[in-house]
Amino acid sequence: MKIILTLFVILILLSLFSLTLGQYDLSIKQIIDFLFYKLGFGEVANSQLIQNIIVEIRFPRIIASILIGASLAISGVAFQSMFRNPLVSPGILGVLSGASFGAALGMIIFKKFILIQASSFIFGIIAVSIALFISMFNKQNQVILLILGGVVSSAFFSSLLSITKYMADPYNQLPAIVYWLMGSLALIDKGTIYIVTIPILLGIFLMIFLSKYLNILSLGDEEARSLGINVKLVRFTIIITATFISAFTVVLAGMIGWVGLVIPHIARLLFGSNNILIVPVTALLGAIYLLIIDNISRMLFSVEIPIGILTSLIGIPFFAYALKNVKKGWA
Amino acid sequence: MFRVENLKFSYGKKEILKGIDFEINSSDIISILGPNGCGKTTLLKILLGFLKPSSGEVYFKNRPIKNIKTKEFFQKVAYIPQIHDAAFGYLVKDVVLMGRMPYKSLFSNYNNEDKKIALDALEILGIEHLQDEIYTTLSGGQRQLILIARAIAQQASVFIMDEPVNGLDFGNQYKLLNKIKELSKRNLTFIKTSHHPDHVFFASKEAIFLNEGRILEKGEPNKIIREENIEKVYNLKSKIANLYDRKICIAI
Repeated sequence: MKIILTLFVILILLSLFSLTLGQYDLSIKQIIDFLFYKLGFGEVANSQLIQNIIVEIRFPRIIASILIGASLAISGVAFQSMFRNPLVSPGILGVLSGASFGAALGMIIFKKFILIQASSFIFGIIAVSIALFISMFNKQNQVILLILGGVVSSAFFSSLLSITKYMADPYNQLPAIVYWLMGSLALIDKGTIYIVTIPILLGIFLMIFLSKYLNILSLGDEEARSLGINVKLVRFTIIITATFISAFTVVLAGMIGWVGLVIPHIARLLFGSNNILIVPVTALLGAIYLLIIDNISRMLFSVEIPIGILTSLIGIPFFAYALKNVKKGWA
Repeated sequence: MFRVENLKFSYGKKEILKGIDFEINSSDIISILGPNGCGKTTLLKILLGFLKPSSGEVYFKNRPIKNIKTKEFFQKVAYIPQIHDAAFGYLVKDVVLMGRMPYKSLFSNYNNEDKKIALDALEILGIEHLQDEIYTTLSGGQRQLILIARAIAQQASVFIMDEPVNGLDFGNQYKLLNKIKELSKRNLTFIKTSHHPDHVFFASKEAIFLNEGRILEKGEPNKIIREENIEKVYNLKSKIANLYDRKICIAI
């Protein structure tokens, strides 16, 4: 509990600090003054300008980083436990490939951003449904078939994505698709954030409730059943939850890799394997990690770097370091 | 306790169990013997409800097990798998705590009472000093004891074990069997499969000889483990002798 609380406080402080970062310098004092002003105390100079910067631009972006980081990390840790494999990432069942194709297709067909997002979300769900459908071919080896189904589904939607890119207009649409696939929080709009916040939070909290089942699922189906849990129902709920929240991350910010793979490892490295602790910790660490990376991507150069590139570049060395601990049985 | 009636089971076209009837009522150690592929593990999995028989019925306390809710069933029956590698390095106390799962719902978490029960279970097995170790780093013998502790934390009265001594060294095999003997005096029933007639002589009140999907004989180990049965089932010539008030079986 102490660990979770500490990380939560760190996340809040980091969010406040992140509000100060950007082209226009704001001090922490100005931000706190502004918060009090909003609550009806005191006066603030330039209140309209600060309002625009904070409420319209920086705050939604910070919320998005937190939600996306937490979603990807928590989906990763859930899938790793469920598939009893520490090398699994949230995309294993095809949700990211499906959602990417959906977004690319949307960019060619529709002009409206909201339709592109809807298309991305829907294809993310379709891709996982295909994997689930394939897993039903054989009742005995469902987990293996589920993973193979995910591979098939991912490959299928990657091919479709390639076709879409090939067909896209190379001057406007193709660059848009490519940038989307690199992942970026620059396109975050306030409206979408507020729509997806509630479902994402619900998903994260559901996953935290399910964390005690994750320990048991990671022992294998028969043992899990012998401890009285309904394996199929729990697994299905976890897949659906992880799929929805991962699809939302693509809708918001495109493809952001490595968070879902690396953060669970870091969490286990620091705090052990017990999912009851690790699931909420992973969500918080994922949020903190993506918030830091987003700050770097905004501040490092005068031009913003797509965040998906940075999450990989910074995540991979971390991951390589975590691999040193293989001998401890992925402790 | 367990009653099995006319049990049949097939994997695809291959019939594994060809009509099995028996009843288990004593609270002691019951061993199922038989050659590889005779259906021992399949039978255990059917008793546990992991596999559905193609015909026949399994009763637990006079109720068909298919009508008993999973949680309720596994509050009374525990499954102790063969020693295995978990994918993640949980602490020993967390592994034992998992035995409390059949008593939990989605919104209830392990409480202090559960933790006490888990610790007591480790004490019964005499391994409370391992509680903060990482499960995956321990030896096979220790892991098997931990899985038994988990079953005790589950507060079940029937323990179903699939070849519990598999993969253990000579010393640990007999230490584990002694532990099971000791526990069986607490009014607990152990149903286990076994590959070794000597182990059955050493620690069983009852044995079931399984051959080609049927029960060859059921009864006291001293009576049913005979040279002609060993030859019939394992296709092996053997000698059964008395040594230190116990029977032993040697291959010749």
